[in-house]
Amino acid sequence: MLLFDKKKTSALKHFIILQFKFYLELFLTLHFQKMTTINSIDKTIIDIQKVRAQFPILSRRVNGKLLIYFDNGATAQKPIQVIDAIVYYYINQNANIHRGVHTLSQEITVAYEHARVTIQKHLNAEHAHEIIFTKGTTDSINLVAHSFGKKYITKGDEIIISEMEHHSNILPWQQLCEEKGAILKVIPINDSGELLMDEYEKLLSSKTKIVSVTHISNVLGTINPVKEIIALAHAKNIPVLIDGAQAVPHTKADVQELDADFYCFSAHKLFGPTGVGILYGKEKYLNEMPPYQVGGGTIKTVTFAKTEYADLPLKFEAGTPHIAGGMGLAAAINYVNEIGLDAIAAYEHELLVYATSALNKINGVKIIGEAANKASVISFVVEGLHPFDLGTILDQLGIAVRTGHHCTQPLMQRFGIQGTVRVSFAFYNTKEEIDEFIIGLERAIKMLS
Amino acid sequence: MSIEEIEQEIIEEFEIFDDWMGKYEFLIDMGKSLPMIEEKYKTDDKLIKGCQSRVWMHSELKDGKVIFTADSDAIITKGMVALMVRVLSNHTPDEIINAKLEFVDKIGLTQHLSPTRSNGLVSMIKQMKMDALAYKVK
Ligand SMILES: Cc1ncc(COP(=O)(O)O)c(C=O)c1O
Repeated sequence: MLLFDKKKTSALKHFIILQFKFYLELFLTLHFQKMTTINSIDKTIIDIQKVRAQFPILSRRVNGKLLIYFDNGATAQKPIQVIDAIVYYYINQNANIHRGVHTLSQEITVAYEHARVTIQKHLNAEHAHEIIFTKGTTDSINLVAHSFGKKYITKGDEIIISEMEHHSNILPWQQLCEEKGAILKVIPINDSGELLMDEYEKLLSSKTKIVSVTHISNVLGTINPVKEIIALAHAKNIPVLIDGAQAVPHTKADVQELDADFYCFSAHKLFGPTGVGILYGKEKYLNEMPPYQVGGGTIKTVTFAKTEYADLPLKFEAGTPHIAGGMGLAAAINYVNEIGLDAIAAYEHELLVYATSALNKINGVKIIGEAANKASVISFVVEGLHPFDLGTILDQLGIAVRTGHHCTQPLMQRFGIQGTVRVSFAFYNTKEEIDEFIIGLERAIKMLS
Repeated sequence: MSIEEIEQEIIEEFEIFDDWMGKYEFLIDMGKSLPMIEEKYKTDDKLIKGCQSRVWMHSELKDGKVIFTADSDAIITKGMVALMVRVLSNHTPDEIINAKLEFVDKIGLTQHLSPTRSNGLVSMIKQMKMDALAYKVK
């Protein structure tokens, strides 16, 4: 009996322990599951309704229909946070920077330099003075082509770009080549719209002075292997410029991790204002390069005999900059980081896959650009129909798309087409909008055929 | 028929449709009936500048009247071209030069045409009048 009792108690104890273990495990699993779901909510789920409400323009009507904005590659819409930052500047902070002794000027100088630091951190640049405010991507590339060209390019040198570049990353180099008697070399692409890396390696030589390629193609959506492109060039001591205009709205660009020598983007495609952009450049190059434009703000001392130029970044920022634009860009970056670039990338990928499969189901639709690694940009043509006609009918339905050559005429020539229809998504777009677009497209095709 | 009479006819044809869809469909059908330019004239020097889509326009003087033939690679543009050809072709240079072309506003399509396309229309009209002027001074 005693023994039995002992046995019983020990069995009871055992049972209790087992039960405890069970509940503990259950608790822990549930707890961690909850934790992981909370984490994944943070990382991959965007509260679309909340986000959309922050973009005032998304509630306007176009041709009687609620706007469906699929032209984000041309320029992105602005959240209220960005609009507020610009308004706040003009209402509360307006003064010129780097000049005045008075409080307002000092306040805005601090705020503007703080914006520069926000951008530095976003790109993970080593120094804030490696961040140059420009007018946009085009301006940034022109700056490098001009100043780097003046210092480093001579007759017979070679500059490498790619077949999928925007005119803004072709013309400045073409002009530089004409001026200096240098030679422009072009990395070809395959039919899917991917760079031929073997051909690229073959183009790199002791004559190559700079490589300038896009991070993400504005037409094909291709995400180029920029880290590898840079590493291959660096193995031969050649600097690389990356055109990040289409990349910054979709992905994290870490200039140190990429080891990019120059990185450019425009604020307006990153939900910020037009008229402002960024050139990141490694200190070692920026210090050696002569100023691009000269004038107020770029100097230490001026006499009629000689001028001593200011240190970075002011050396490259002649004249009064787009101060409100800088404030707006910093607000845009803070906004994007609040949502999280990982969440944005994951959500946009979903939209890309969804729209691609819907488009592929439509007879006669051919997608131009089928790279394995793509951002949420889709170009397509419809057999027998002109992109412009399709764009016109879609516009009637309140759907904004881009049509034409997208400032990439050589790329159009590569594919033997006049132009494409392009849809490019941002994180405020939805699958419902894609459904509407597909219905609209089918309607347009029917009307036009 | 005079230019004004043809314009009036077109205005009445468009009045039948009260929505943009109908008007566009009508325009598209009109494009399909356009007297096509001969292939040999579809050259770069016959291209009209200012159109996002390509428009080729050719003219000839026959018995004192200007005959236009044209084509476009975009069907809606082709419809607009067809309208202009229908109105202006087969008239004397003077009539073409003096045409006011008020039907464009009256058919209710200008508000539906994007500025780039309207600009194309303006270039088209300009080109046709220039051709007429050239025949007049010849
Ligand atoms: C890849 C790429 N590079 C450069 C640019 C030029 O940008 P921005 O016009 O803002 O200077 C664009 C804009 O369309 C682009 O998509």
